[in-house]
Amino acid sequence: MSWNKKHLLDIESLTADEIVTVLDTARAFKAVGERAIKKVPALRGKTVVNLFIEPSTRTRISFELAAQRLTADIVNFSADASSFKKGETLKDTAKNLEALNADFIIIRHSASGAPHFLSRVVNASIINAGDGAHEHPTQALLDAFTIREHKGKIAGLNVTILGDILYSRVARSNIWALTKLGAHITLCGPSTLVPKTFEQMGCRVTHDVDEAIRDADIVHLLRIQHERQRKMMFPSIGEYTTLFGLNKARLAKTKPDALIMHPGPINRGVEIDSEIADCARSLILEQVTNGLAVRMAVLFLLNGGKGPQEVSGN
Amino acid sequence: MPETTVILDANAIGRALTRIAHEIAERNENSAEVVLVGIPEGGVPLAQRLGKILSEIWKHAVPTGSLDVSMHRDDLDQRAAPKIHPTEIPFDVTGKTVVLVDDVLFSGRTIRAALDALNDFGRPKKIQLAVLIDRGHRDLPIKADFVGKNVPTAANEKIHVRIGEKDEVVLERK
Repeated sequence: MSWNKKHLLDIESLTADEIVTVLDTARAFKAVGERAIKKVPALRGKTVVNLFIEPSTRTRISFELAAQRLTADIVNFSADASSFKKGETLKDTAKNLEALNADFIIIRHSASGAPHFLSRVVNASIINAGDGAHEHPTQALLDAFTIREHKGKIAGLNVTILGDILYSRVARSNIWALTKLGAHITLCGPSTLVPKTFEQMGCRVTHDVDEAIRDADIVHLLRIQHERQRKMMFPSIGEYTTLFGLNKARLAKTKPDALIMHPGPINRGVEIDSEIADCARSLILEQVTNGLAVRMAVLFLLNGGKGPQEVSGN
Repeated sequence: MPETTVILDANAIGRALTRIAHEIAERNENSAEVVLVGIPEGGVPLAQRLGKILSEIWKHAVPTGSLDVSMHRDDLDQRAAPKIHPTEIPFDVTGKTVVLVDDVLFSGRTIRAALDALNDFGRPKKIQLAVLIDRGHRDLPIKADFVGKNVPTAANEKIHVRIGEKDEVVLERK
């Protein structure tokens, strides 16, 4: 148990011990969510700003509810209604939020490194809610939490991430988190979207989906990110579904206890068959529940000050 | 090297808990209303011991749980985030007499947090407080109903309550 960080910018810079600390803390907050009164006063009087310069619904709502359940005040700041359209820079926007005494700024931005930049120019704690194709740390933490809850461990598991890896911050954060915790990662998808360079991150890369999922304990599906593709990276959606979509026939070839995950939003009939998304082996909605607990844990940990933890009774 | 003194050995701890259990039984005529809730980490094994002794006195099981208070503390932004322990209250506290159990009563801030945290689980009829050691130096107007031993201490001293293979309470001077 250790946590001394002020910001959550990426998974790459976290130790395995710090990741486990988040997961353990999240377990306690999941229990809070199951009580009749789902709110605790841990962040009473603190101000949290959701600074979403790139559209998002589920992550923003998850952070919003997490902050509210910790009794913080939260305001939403979205690109549409904001001063960005009037030409204000990110730094000036953040300085304005700081002038309102924001204690936490949760940022989603299409530019990789935007959260790191903010952490250098303002005093608030910065949480990266997704920066370009770089990282999405809370998604990886909630995925690790979900895997650990179901499998009892992460070390030694085979996790196959299937889909658009190249443009996926979820994939990168998951690769960092799960390899630090001792899982074996296989990446699979069209060769244009799953380049061999990912082997440098300690992953196995294959373009044969049946082989990729055969020994998997977890099959993690990713959405095709139309919005990040500057040119078509594969001939057609139909071909992608035929070659890489998870359907009943493919699922039948996996281990009987292999579980299916997806960060959402899912495209039914593209990367995943509708009935598989809804089957008992799908953890998709649990990931949403766990995301709330993990984000509460992250806010709680970042709220901690300097110095040692108190020893009970003394 | 810090200087340490054993202030209670296993026998003395056993006697103190037996006495506290009898005092709880004397104070609470309706034994069916009494539940014990330990505050992690130190209060949880003590609550279990008290529950065992009370069930022998009353000839029925006494519901026992644990209540983590770290989300209700008043110093969360002043030190590193605390480790959160499990809260397990597998019974309804509404209408019950809840005896909170902790190992050491010091500033009283943990108990204040516990009173708030307990509120989220229902509305007890009464809340009482049992501690093994009261070391003084209260910051808040909080007083224990049942005390194993009063130990006058200096602010720079520490008290370690060890319950497990070898029960003992140790006073450490810096």
